[in-house]
Amino acid sequence: MDSHVRASAGHELQHEAHAHPGPKTYVMVALVLSIITALEVAVFYIPALSPVLVPILLILSAGKFILVVAFYMHLKFDSRLFSGVFVAPLVLAMLVVISLIILFKVLPLYRNV
Amino acid sequence: MNHAAVVPASHGEHPETATGLNTWKLGFWVLLGSETLFFGSLIATYMTYKGESVVGPYPHEILNIPLTSISTFVLLMSSLMMVLALAAVQRGDRKGTLVWLMATALLGSLFLGFQSYEFTHFYHAGLTLETNLFGSTFFVLTGFHGAHVTVGVIWLLVLWAMALRGRLTQADALKVEIAGLYWHFVDIVWIVIFTLIYLIQ
Repeated sequence: MDSHVRASAGHELQHEAHAHPGPKTYVMVALVLSIITALEVAVFYIPALSPVLVPILLILSAGKFILVVAFYMHLKFDSRLFSGVFVAPLVLAMLVVISLIILFKVLPLYRNV
Repeated sequence: MNHAAVVPASHGEHPETATGLNTWKLGFWVLLGSETLFFGSLIATYMTYKGESVVGPYPHEILNIPLTSISTFVLLMSSLMMVLALAAVQRGDRKGTLVWLMATALLGSLFLGFQSYEFTHFYHAGLTLETNLFGSTFFVLTGFHGAHVTVGVIWLLVLWAMALRGRLTQADALKVEIAGLYWHFVDIVWIVIFTLIYLIQ
């Protein structure tokens, strides 16, 4: 019975997966990645954008990250279990980084006021 | 009920997990998850000590954005070569597999060349692991990333040699797919490093 349930779960996870994209999609993704990288560098050199530089760069970087993970690492097409196994530690790592920035960079500003 | 008879066949000779997913691939994603935490801790350390150096050279004095933009582009293009290698091995195209695997390894080596040049330049400009907090955190983070790229290049060359000897066929596509997952992982780590260290100074 237990093996039947596990096998059914296996079927469901397998059926979630779709065929990987072809070379044409891969080249299109590379083109978009190149354009975003060029935009990142351009934004860096435009003084007028310096007040909003950080959010713009973070959004562009996140876009590149998601494109590579979704299309080149096939998480968009593979089982959701692979996404879960990767995204859970990624969220944990991001929380560690954000927590330390708040502790060491943001809170000291309020202490000095 | 016979479990083996119910679960669909997986890639090559590798066994499946109870989820019906391939053991090697699932295990490798777990490894990439732990690697994410590893690089997350290094990035967190860099961000914590950012702007805390009391002596120079400081990041804005020494980081070369045009050069690093080119090396970033090179690494992104190597990711394209990697997926093209995977697509080639999946359709049984031996020549394509050889070409794209070698192209990936060469672009990876070129990225390492850029990094070696950068490290040498920084050393001559007076920035070492011991100079200041920027030097310590920068070299540890980018050094570990470079070490990962080096492992990736060696892995790709091993696969290329296997393909050359006819030992990397369509049935072995999973081997290239897992190497590809590793290669794209070092690429996404660099995407984060390029933004947080080089562009947000």
